[in-house]
Amino acid sequence: MRALVIDDSRTMRRIVAGALEDLGFSTVQAGDGQQALDLLESGEEVDLACIDWNMPVMDGLTFVTRVRANPAWRNITLMMVTTESEHGQIVRALAAGAHEYLIKPFTTDAIRDKLDLLGLVPAEEPV
Amino acid sequence: MSLTQDTFAFVADVVRRRSAIQLEAGKEYLVESRLLPLAREGGHAGVDAYVREVRSARRESDLADIVEALTTNETSWFRDNAPFSALRTHIVPGLRAERTVLDGLKVWSAACSTGQEPYSIAMTLTDVLGPGARFSITATDLSEQVLAQARSGRYSQLEVNRGLPAPMMVRWFQRAGHDWQIADELRRSITFAKHNLLDLPPAGPFDVVFLRNVLIYFDLETKRSILGRVHRALRPGGYLVLGAAETTIGVDGDWERVPVERGSVYRPVHAGAVPSPRPAPGTLTGATPAVPTAAPRVPVSGAPTSTWPVQPRPATTLPTAPRRPAGPAFEQGVTR
Repeated sequence: MRALVIDDSRTMRRIVAGALEDLGFSTVQAGDGQQALDLLESGEEVDLACIDWNMPVMDGLTFVTRVRANPAWRNITLMMVTTESEHGQIVRALAAGAHEYLIKPFTTDAIRDKLDLLGLVPAEEPV
Repeated sequence: MSLTQDTFAFVADVVRRRSAIQLEAGKEYLVESRLLPLAREGGHAGVDAYVREVRSARRESDLADIVEALTTNETSWFRDNAPFSALRTHIVPGLRAERTVLDGLKVWSAACSTGQEPYSIAMTLTDVLGPGARFSITATDLSEQVLAQARSGRYSQLEVNRGLPAPMMVRWFQRAGHDWQIADELRRSITFAKHNLLDLPPAGPFDVVFLRNVLIYFDLETKRSILGRVHRALRPGGYLVLGAAETTIGVDGDWERVPVERGSVYRPVHAGAVPSPRPAPGTLTGATPAVPTAAPRVPVSGAPTSTWPVQPRPATTLPTAPRRPAGPAFEQGVTR
């Protein structure tokens, strides 16, 4: 599976991408929502996007809205990964079409739990 | 620093006597990591020195602290998913099919730790039973400390990040300073109580018992004895939900294994009774009753008979195998 990691912090992108790669994802990165849209429009195919909220050029919420408006991208799972932690902001993100919401700071276990909920962590065969 | 065998043997004996949990050889790292905070708190250089002091002082409170430290652990919401999916899609529909009225459903969440399991059950039942339906959950643990948090329904940001679906979070939680507070409606449906699994079960009878990731820590005889008590606490036709690496097979023959999706739940078999007059939707009929045979002890870190097709996870309220360490940046809480 392939994931798009969108964050204007290179460190954060590296951390999120590293956690996803540990779980078997290949990753591609973008520094803001517009760069991420450009990647998708150029034909980049991803199963999951992890999206920061506050970014220059295009914020994460606008990116979510734009992705949801395009039926060609309906299969992309969208997860906000952000410091924004107010109840109302989570409601807004879900209403815009985000499937999950992970608040920074988080542990690697938390990212795995969220992907589990989304059915994106391959189940291991019983031993 | 590693523990002396003498220290480990003493701690293992205290824990076994007071909780029946077996700390096998190889769990020295666990004893050390759990007791080190207590040792430091008491100004000791390490766990060996702390335990020497405990042994000479013979204070009851020290022994209680040790048992608490070794039997408490972090947990997550909807842990492993499959049991909650089974509750939603098989157990409740199964009970509904067998009873004219499904009101006042009673659930026991045993070894509930800081409450994520019983609250996850409450969220699931509220959804699946519909508005106005009555149910009650008895949630028990050996540790007063975890029960206090569970009762408060207050969780840190890191705790709500663990496995709680965002729609559930906005529905059932409100911000409370830096923490999150669970809704009173859910808290009212749960009674939290201290309980040792070696004692008589809490007042039932129960329709469903969640006893997950607990049996793996006990020897065969203790497992059998606990399962016997749970059997008596369940209503005929009730359901037992075990953890991913647990089964009644080879331990206690008085259970019918019911395959559910890619896992299993268990129903008590009563002498002379037909266990499933009307099977739950989607369950297989004629499931082979468990045959009691001697089985090797299930190792804590292994999953020889996984009943849920998921990655075996550490126990909810009990000692666990080490997990892949989180990156230092995560541990420090990366923000931007």
